[in-house]
Amino acid sequence: MPPTSSLEQQLAALVGSQAMRLATSADNVSGIQPQFVVAPESDQQLAAALTFANESGLAVIPCGGATKLDWGNPPKRADLVLSTARLDRILEHVWADLTVTVEAGCTLQSLQQMLAQHGQRLALDALWPARATIGGVLSTNDSGVLRIRFGALRDLLIGITLALPDGTLARSGGKVVKNVAGYDLPKLATGALGTLGIITCAVFRLHPLPRTTSAVTCSTNRLSDASHLLAALLDSTLAYSAVQVRVPAFDPPEFFVDVLFEGTEQGIANQIGHLQSLASSATVLEADHHVWNARESLHSQYLTDPSSSVLLKMSTCPSDALAAIATLTDLAKSRASCSAVLQATGLGTILLRGARNELHHVAKAFREKLQSSGGSLVALGNSILDADFDAWGSTGDALPLMRAIKTQLDPQNILNPGRFVGGI
Amino acid sequence: MQGNAAVDARILQEFRAIVGQQGLISSPEDLHTYECDGLTNFRVLPLAVLLPTNTQQVQSIVRLCHVHCIPFVARGSGTGLSGGALPVENGVVISLARMNRILEVDLPNARVTVEPGVINLDVTGRVQPHGFFYAPDPSSQSVCSIGGNVAENSGGAHCLKYGFTTTHVLGLEVVLPDGSLVHLGGKCLDTPGYDLAGVFVGSEGTLGIATKIILRIVKRPECTRTLLAAFPGTNEASAAVSDIIAAGMLPAAIEMMDNLAIQAAEAAVHANYPDCGALLLVELDGPIAEVEALMSHVDELCRKNGAWEIRVAQSDSQRALVWKGRKAAFAAMGRISPNYIVQDGVIPRTALPQLMNEIAHLSRETGLRVANVFHAGDGNLHPLVLYDRHIPGQEKAAEALSFQILQLCLAAGGSITGEHGVGEEKKCMMPKMFSEPDLATMQRVRAAFDPLQLCNPTKVFPTPRLCGEKPGEYVPHPLESTGLAERF
Repeated sequence: MPPTSSLEQQLAALVGSQAMRLATSADNVSGIQPQFVVAPESDQQLAAALTFANESGLAVIPCGGATKLDWGNPPKRADLVLSTARLDRILEHVWADLTVTVEAGCTLQSLQQMLAQHGQRLALDALWPARATIGGVLSTNDSGVLRIRFGALRDLLIGITLALPDGTLARSGGKVVKNVAGYDLPKLATGALGTLGIITCAVFRLHPLPRTTSAVTCSTNRLSDASHLLAALLDSTLAYSAVQVRVPAFDPPEFFVDVLFEGTEQGIANQIGHLQSLASSATVLEADHHVWNARESLHSQYLTDPSSSVLLKMSTCPSDALAAIATLTDLAKSRASCSAVLQATGLGTILLRGARNELHHVAKAFREKLQSSGGSLVALGNSILDADFDAWGSTGDALPLMRAIKTQLDPQNILNPGRFVGGI
Repeated sequence: MQGNAAVDARILQEFRAIVGQQGLISSPEDLHTYECDGLTNFRVLPLAVLLPTNTQQVQSIVRLCHVHCIPFVARGSGTGLSGGALPVENGVVISLARMNRILEVDLPNARVTVEPGVINLDVTGRVQPHGFFYAPDPSSQSVCSIGGNVAENSGGAHCLKYGFTTTHVLGLEVVLPDGSLVHLGGKCLDTPGYDLAGVFVGSEGTLGIATKIILRIVKRPECTRTLLAAFPGTNEASAAVSDIIAAGMLPAAIEMMDNLAIQAAEAAVHANYPDCGALLLVELDGPIAEVEALMSHVDELCRKNGAWEIRVAQSDSQRALVWKGRKAAFAAMGRISPNYIVQDGVIPRTALPQLMNEIAHLSRETGLRVANVFHAGDGNLHPLVLYDRHIPGQEKAAEALSFQILQLCLAAGGSITGEHGVGEEKKCMMPKMFSEPDLATMQRVRAAFDPLQLCNPTKVFPTPRLCGEKPGEYVPHPLESTGLAERF
């Protein structure tokens, strides 16, 4: 590797000295200390910096709001943090077509505020919207409860520009919602943790802001009642926008089923009436608007004390979600305390607290159970990761294919090396 | 790299050993059925057609092709409109028509697992008694296959609200071009790793062959209301669409037909449409109270924009009749013109009036009529360029006009294809939509799946051959001539 001062000079020549600085301990990525932090002001500059890193053998950590740098496995190497902070413009909002083109470094909140001026939104509730950037949200596939009605990021994203290590700025998708020309590389980039390219720009389909909203919470301390209600909701013709089940404590359990309705006043009133008849054995009250922060709250609790917690993303079939909670209750008995926020889609966020070795034991056993029935358990945060329990779990038989794609797009493996599945 | 092995008797014997005598077609007269798909002006005779009945047979066939470098093309029902299932020179066709079982219905999780040869509408048929339906509804849904839908990421009229095939595919079992088997996605969401299921859907059969597909089904809404509105012209109808969207409504479908398309539909199926400059079909679904509140607003907005007649379908049979005319639009063209070419461009919705004017201008310049049918809600146009192949020069002029329309779509910031796919037909337009580095990146992903380039190798991406080298006039498909099939 060339001497540091020479690298520094070359990077400064590419992006300008004001756009780069030496990294400090605050820039540490899961225990790995990078050398530099660079914040290019355009996608061409970013591509140039990336090419330079590729040619110099520097490992690159793409960074937006730095809210999720501890997701995935620790990187094998980290030399250059490549920040999208200055690529933060909203390039085009065609409100009449319900589409927006936005640079990757724009925060979700900034985007939503601008869209709201025309009564529209990106129908997504991601974590930490004031700090999280579009690129980071896409790269981590972070979506919340609105997914059940509006789809995941893969359904909201219609076009993308990716900066590849060889300097290519590759566009795919387009600016129209309905488009089947070429491969759907926006989906490839979503959730890829920046390991295939750095997202510089994204095009989204939008939705109107709701005319009226109303939410209720149905509470019970019986798992069977919560299960039946969830199943009844999924089987109904109710047009909810979100359904979540909060399980703040497992032992003894309490279940709070929150349901969000959006639409016309008459429509909502009617539906709440119908819901009340489905929830006959639960207590139904108007929901406090804070309930929709429950997922973020679990993440924040984890971050205040990661040494004795682990934050997990569960995926299971919707009909198995509460049964999975029962399984976890058994596994965690006398080892760890648990709280969870589940979505009706079968996804869930789980916070475990306890001694590290106990957390490790419970998480590993729970992952095995979930995987045996086609589900998954991903650790979001590195508090208990080791050779025996990586962030992701099994990827099944598609791992060689994933490696082949990685090799095609990042042959030198400079982008977030080691952070992704199978050590990619 | 194209396959260069002749399919000699020995290899045919090996194929026969995999699929049995009944699963191999090799006589020239029988091969003609497979020489094209729904785009009949491109025809290539395959060396053989294989009809496997299970995944292991598909794997064995593909392995054999891999060993002998024989290119192959997967085929579903053969209804595609871009030549995606057009055989490749010196290649074989692998028909999935016999893999047509619905394998599992999981209602509590709203999932159905099917083989690729299952017909689109049959998925809805199976789950309808339980109040579910399979949302992607291309107009050919009574004959097209799920495997084909996966290849093209098929849409339909209800994409605006319900999304496309890719929205409803959770997982796939795929035979890769080397014969190995992989599972992409799964029954549960967010399988760790890259979203390869998302890349595979819409890859037009160039990345492998899907042998099992896990589909999402959707609960049928409490009510559906369909409104038909007659406007003086497409400009007024477009303005109504814009107002509906601006009012924050998201209908399940918004379809538009211009006067020529209405005339054809009336002649064909007697849907009893009003004789008007443009027709809007707006469908709202959801909870009754919600739909009724919104429907009165839609009515207002249509009248505000000059709608002089509005009808709301009062029953399922009335609704079916309203849709019958729209869904029969392509087939109906035969009533008003000996020949036609249909295109599939997409534009931002706001560009609709401008595009209509430009198409009308081109139509006047060339003397060729263009009927227009669109998914107005998402800007997907289906201009039907009408011509008579017996008039010298008209066919070439019609082809040129249809591609000019695609150029207009690109200039307006749209796409060359919203649902039919690029296939053979539009690959020469890909460099007009994407730059060379964009296409090269897609090819790199393709290389990861198919390093030997055996899997539908000549489709989607431009080849060095001049585009349009093989102009074709419309000739009825052999199945049409025998009266066994109808054009959609």
